[in-house]
Amino acid sequence: MYKQNNNLKTISLIMIIIGLVSLLVAFLTDAHSAWVSLLFNNYFFMGIALFAVFFVALQHVAEAGWATIFKRIPEAIMSFLPITGLIMLVIVVAAALHLNHIYHWMEPGIMDPNAPNYDKIIAGKEAYLNIPFFLIRSFIYVTIWIYCAKKLRDISLQGDLEGGIGEKSYFKGLRVSGWFIVFFAVSSSTASWDWIMSIDTHWFSTLFGWYIFSEWATIGFATILLLTLLINKQGYLPALNDSHIHDLGKFVFAFSIVWTYMWFSQFMLIWYANIPEEVTYFMQRIEQSNYRFLFWFSLIINFLVPTILLMSRDAKRNRDRLILVCTIILIGHWINSYLLFAPGTLNDQGNLGLLEIGLGLGFVGLFLKVFFSSLSKRNIELKSHPFLDESKHLHT
Amino acid sequence: MSNKVIHAIYDDEEIVLKSVKILKENNFEINEVYSPFPIHGLDHALELKETRMAITAFIYGCIGITFGGLMIYYIMISGIGKSWPMNIGGKPNFTFYHNLPSFVPIMFECTVLFAAHLMSITYFFRNKLYPGSTSKSPDPRTTDDKFLVEINADKDEDDLKKILKKSGAIEINEEKNEK
Repeated sequence: MYKQNNNLKTISLIMIIIGLVSLLVAFLTDAHSAWVSLLFNNYFFMGIALFAVFFVALQHVAEAGWATIFKRIPEAIMSFLPITGLIMLVIVVAAALHLNHIYHWMEPGIMDPNAPNYDKIIAGKEAYLNIPFFLIRSFIYVTIWIYCAKKLRDISLQGDLEGGIGEKSYFKGLRVSGWFIVFFAVSSSTASWDWIMSIDTHWFSTLFGWYIFSEWATIGFATILLLTLLINKQGYLPALNDSHIHDLGKFVFAFSIVWTYMWFSQFMLIWYANIPEEVTYFMQRIEQSNYRFLFWFSLIINFLVPTILLMSRDAKRNRDRLILVCTIILIGHWINSYLLFAPGTLNDQGNLGLLEIGLGLGFVGLFLKVFFSSLSKRNIELKSHPFLDESKHLHT
Repeated sequence: MSNKVIHAIYDDEEIVLKSVKILKENNFEINEVYSPFPIHGLDHALELKETRMAITAFIYGCIGITFGGLMIYYIMISGIGKSWPMNIGGKPNFTFYHNLPSFVPIMFECTVLFAAHLMSITYFFRNKLYPGSTSKSPDPRTTDDKFLVEINADKDEDDLKKILKKSGAIEINEEKNEK
């Protein structure tokens, strides 16, 4: 059983209070930017939790054994999905009720040819971008994601009680994972179109879904690796060896490069074609002085730091190095996710300031609290799993 | 180098790994192990030096990106680009950095091409697999289902044979060292 560290408990509580205070102050001073700040922070942490579900499902369908011994860690990360999913739904419903103005295409009259603010391009997207369909989609994503996460966690617990090698619950989990991955393949793309790309309504990018997925994968692997190292440092998971760390490090390294590949593919095609409705997206980010630095800075640290610092085999087995790199790229991707939302909603008024950072800390605190309390509710060591023995002897 | 070697033949890779460890403990000199497939952990048991392939890959990648950069600089900017300027999508073609995004794919591909091909060639030459080379395996059965351990037999030959028998060798042959 995992015993919660009291210091961590207090720190996460302080962080939550900081977050709540920043949220309150933000809503009292500028409600519009407060909604944006809530949305982008929530999106970032939802990505981490959602990727943990994908990670567990992926190990199932691939029948991979290497990650089995620290399987409880992504499973505990998953437990943050209901909260973030709920906040997401609150934001989306509030947008539909016009309590916030994040989604420009929701303005009344924008799709009405007789209205003064009629926009022909947006009206052309009405078949997909209309409020009822948008809400239905959002509810479907969130409920199915949460359902699958809960199901996978429950099945994993059944495996512990089953005894033997636990193959019955494993095959049950295999079925759920298969369906989840099929659903996730579609919903990760459509969710990112709905919640992020539709902010810049005129603009579109066909690889946007993969771009967001690669970002989720990077932050997801970085979080799993960081928390695994932390738990191991506290004296749990004695079977964790350098090979497990090495494999996770490889994923962080590889997905950082995949993210850059996606970033650049999107950028280069738009830069090359130079079509007005496409380039506005990058013009907003490059020409406006409040985003220019963050834009280039997040690209550089998200690409160069993992590429240079994690290139060699020894670096991926060096725990201090991995902690450093994972922390840096989590911050880098947090800045990048700010840039996904802010320029389209706040235009030149956006500013990544103390309130955003405070709310981010609040989410970190809430995340840690949920993570550790979920981890302490059950055995951190698996008892029976078909690949448990294989995972203990992982050697690369 | 002794002029006599012992060829011990095995039929299971686990036994090969175990017997290599025993031989190393008793300070026998193993020349080579022939196997139809890679055996996990054998490189550690044989105390082979870590491969330097990763370093060569990095160097070849650096050569590739430099070559790609210089090539595209010559084609689009300085050499051909000056005497035959090309207007592609109205992009500026007088300076390298203004056009950099469109050069990145070429430089990237050159990096991959050089790293992959030069690494394969290095690998072949390092293993003496250039055109016209003949098989180094002393026994054709090692390409099928048998494993062969070649040991220098300059000392304690009887001891060695005893250890090999005990470790599970199915055949022990004395051969002349042809190297």
